[in-house]
Amino acid sequence: MGRVFVWKQIMNGYAFMLTGAQLAALPSGALYWGDAGLLAVSDLHLGKAERIARRGGALLPPYETRETLARLEADITVTGARTVLCLGDSFDDLDAAAGLPEDEAQWLMRLMAGRRWLWIEGNHDPGPIAFGGSHLAEYAAGPLIFRHIARPGAVGEVSGHYHPKARISLGGRALSRPCFLHDAARLILPAYGAYTGGLCWDDPAFAPLFGTEARAIMLGNPPRPLPKPPCRAAAHEVTHA
Amino acid sequence: MSNVPPFIDTWFAARGWAMHPHQHEMLERAGAPALLLIAPTGGGKTLAGFLPSLADLGPDPAPGLHTLYISPLKALTADIRRNLRAPVDEMGLSIRIEDRTGDTSHTQRRRQRADPPHILLTTPESLALMLSYEDAPRIFAGLKRVIVDEVHALAESKRGDQLMLGLARLAALCPGLSRVGLSATVEDPPAIGRFLAPAPKACEILQADPGPDPDIAMLETDAPPPWSGGGGRYAIPAILDEVRRHRTTLIFHNTRAQAEIFFHDLWLANDAGLPIGIHHGSLAREAREKVEAAMAEGALRAVVCTGSLDLGIDWGDVDLVIQVGAPKNVKRLVQRIGRANHRYNAPSKALLVPANRFEVVECVAALQAARAHDLDGDPRGPGPRDVLCQHILATAAAGPFDADALYDEVTTAGPYTTLTRPAFDACLDFAATGGYALRAYDRWQRLKRGPDGRWALRDPRAAKQIRMNLGTIVDTETLKVRMQRHRGGAPLGEVEEGFAATLTPGDTFLIGGQIVRYEGLREMTVEVTRSASATPKIATFMGTKFATSTQLSDRILTMFRQPDWPELPRHTAEWLALQRKVSRLPRRERLLIESFPHEGRAHTCVYGFAGRNAQQTLGLLLTQRMEAAGLAPLGFVATDYATLIWGLDPVTDPAPLLDGDNLREAFETWLAGNAVMKRTFRASAIVAGLIERNTPGRRKTGRQATFSSDILYDTLAKYDPGHLMLEITREEAMKGLVDFGRIEAMLARTKGRIDHVPLSRVTPLAAPLFLEPGRVPVTGTAEQRLIDEAAERLMAEAGLA
Repeated sequence: MGRVFVWKQIMNGYAFMLTGAQLAALPSGALYWGDAGLLAVSDLHLGKAERIARRGGALLPPYETRETLARLEADITVTGARTVLCLGDSFDDLDAAAGLPEDEAQWLMRLMAGRRWLWIEGNHDPGPIAFGGSHLAEYAAGPLIFRHIARPGAVGEVSGHYHPKARISLGGRALSRPCFLHDAARLILPAYGAYTGGLCWDDPAFAPLFGTEARAIMLGNPPRPLPKPPCRAAAHEVTHA
Repeated sequence: MSNVPPFIDTWFAARGWAMHPHQHEMLERAGAPALLLIAPTGGGKTLAGFLPSLADLGPDPAPGLHTLYISPLKALTADIRRNLRAPVDEMGLSIRIEDRTGDTSHTQRRRQRADPPHILLTTPESLALMLSYEDAPRIFAGLKRVIVDEVHALAESKRGDQLMLGLARLAALCPGLSRVGLSATVEDPPAIGRFLAPAPKACEILQADPGPDPDIAMLETDAPPPWSGGGGRYAIPAILDEVRRHRTTLIFHNTRAQAEIFFHDLWLANDAGLPIGIHHGSLAREAREKVEAAMAEGALRAVVCTGSLDLGIDWGDVDLVIQVGAPKNVKRLVQRIGRANHRYNAPSKALLVPANRFEVVECVAALQAARAHDLDGDPRGPGPRDVLCQHILATAAAGPFDADALYDEVTTAGPYTTLTRPAFDACLDFAATGGYALRAYDRWQRLKRGPDGRWALRDPRAAKQIRMNLGTIVDTETLKVRMQRHRGGAPLGEVEEGFAATLTPGDTFLIGGQIVRYEGLREMTVEVTRSASATPKIATFMGTKFATSTQLSDRILTMFRQPDWPELPRHTAEWLALQRKVSRLPRRERLLIESFPHEGRAHTCVYGFAGRNAQQTLGLLLTQRMEAAGLAPLGFVATDYATLIWGLDPVTDPAPLLDGDNLREAFETWLAGNAVMKRTFRASAIVAGLIERNTPGRRKTGRQATFSSDILYDTLAKYDPGHLMLEITREEAMKGLVDFGRIEAMLARTKGRIDHVPLSRVTPLAAPLFLEPGRVPVTGTAEQRLIDEAAERLMAEAGLA
């Protein structure tokens, strides 16, 4: 049902359908919905290094925001998206949004100029934030509904939050990369931010969301579809003979 | 005589013992600021270290810490506490002796801080932790002596660097402190002395009588060793004979995986049902303790083991040491032999079992070196700066410090005497601000300068985090292995997380000497069941491979110059003679390269004798250069002595490929994107405090909150290539797995004198390389191709394609 195509001869994407919408998973982890001219990215976690430092933790290389913005700029340029939707956890917390260095804040404003920009609330950055654009708890458009955390039973739902990551074995060597997860009813986006980890695709957290028909699209150039393995048993479950 | 108090004389006399001369000498030289005792195992070395403390403390000592004893092993501190208690009681001294390690209870530790014992036995990590407390000056007030046991072992790792920084701190807190180092036989005692002594003071060295030479030989077997491989399985019948003939035998292997496979095979051949155990670092602590207890009781006839048994735990009745596989390093061999026969003045007995034909040569060379007391060792480089970064943070956790004073203090530590002020300042800047070209953390600096000019933590709560990250041992991420349905039962051991990730249910592998079947992963635990299969599907899970030392390689090259080899078994001597006839034997001052066709591929074999790690790096660099030259290399394999490369087109002129400048340039490019660098970066970043250690409790929850250290490496390489952490990573990688230093040494030694020998067929010396495991394919766009193949296969299997 999916096919690999070359997006405007520049960017390799993987095309698939979700409840009637024709979507493309991009190598960066962004989602492009061509018919709506909408680019969706999730879990940017801008300002993460600053937040960790503020709390007295390690002083990580303070370059992750520019790295994430550079990726976003490239995806906007290539797709020519008219609408950009940030699917929650765009900032690591509200102080991180306020504390974005001047040049990085300017860069973000530049990206926002001339297009529609939707901020969906996340668990890290609830409530409105200082930048322009529209602030929404969720966003419904045609057959799709965009929200940060997936709800069991939803249909046509696009969400983020879990940072899914696929893990495969290549001739005795393990390879782990962020991935999209989807079935006929829902889609979960990988984390887009530079400093983000992942939750393994067979984590019990995915059990209420996906049945046996689920697939992953592993990031790469081009992204590749894979069958999603069944979830591991939940940690608190006790099996005794 | 004046320094020997009567209670010590009386104690020796009551036992009918005479004090060893070196024990007496230790008492005489008790006032030395730094004293290194080199004595063989069984020579009463530890007691010699403590005698001056006992003499000074006397029957009725005043309260307060007097002597600090530091050992690399927790198990050793408990051993020493028991072994020291008896003489102290028998001498009638009311001296409090306690140990303090990661296993010591919280209450006990608090009490020790409030009311320290006279003699405290601890590890470098626990000392670093104690020094990071605000009340360190009070805890250590009055400390007179520090005893560092197994100092030769500590000097081989970052733990030693950390310890010496800790001793520099202690010396500042306790002026007049004297240091004693206890060491097994080492090749360069003055070097260990410089490591130990507080600069610029010198270290006095006391050499005990080394005792008789060990009785050491190569095991003669009916079957000749195979052409390649490392298991030593061919020798199992002969080894079992030896086990039967001795009370207790230790059978050493160079890697854990080899120990596992060998133990399994040994058990299958053990018709007599001799009690035999296995002991290595990947086994669960419970499993190891069981073997240790059985050993102490004399209930085992043999233990198959690795370096985890290298250090001086008292094993009682060991009367034979067998080393399977070439020892790679003569010093390690001699120290292992020391495990046999703890009775002083009785020769230790050891047998070497070469695992393959080439190792026969290596074993003979090692035997000659051991008999000639020609030990090997690479000179110790300057102290690594990731350890210094950690030390600076730990110092700040204890309280505000003055940068000038800390620099002066740090440079009295042996490993850091050559540290320049700018190099120190870079570490201080890293600890304080992160040291980034982008000064992003002005508001959130970790360390701030107070009005008095001293540096202190910005947020005092950070002290706790810093203490949790102390230590220089960085484990690879491992997962526990347990029998399914035995959730309360003892774990079998641990495997690397990366290895666990490659398993699919049904795969079988060896652990703790048994074959188990992988069932699944639960709560970060690998669940397995017993498997009835005779051979594991996947054999290895951890491959610490030592490289043959430079000195041993040189001895082998010297042997190659002989006209014939009466000291070698006939099969091996004939093999070398045939090589000399059809091609040449490698020489030390020249670089032999053979090129020949084989099975439709062009092959080139480079005999660099630079050790496994360097030969591996050489393979990566040469194939990269061959790729650029259009020679279409397909893959290579490396051993301690050679790299064999195969490809589509023959190499006609290897000289430009091996040109030093070109090679160095290729190295720089290659190094940046290399997986070894990322692994080294992770270790250094954890030690330096850039990445927090994964504590077990945290790993379970919110895995998506933590991200891979590779991301930090890539980010730094892209945005801040001059950053201190990348500099440190490079320094560390050069001496470790990449070992470019030995490639440089090989180039310097051969000075472009290349002997290129084109041949029509495989040579005798090259032949075993074809059987060597660990062939590395040359990949360019290989990863995406592999993913594509795997994706198609998996989708097809799932019926989704």
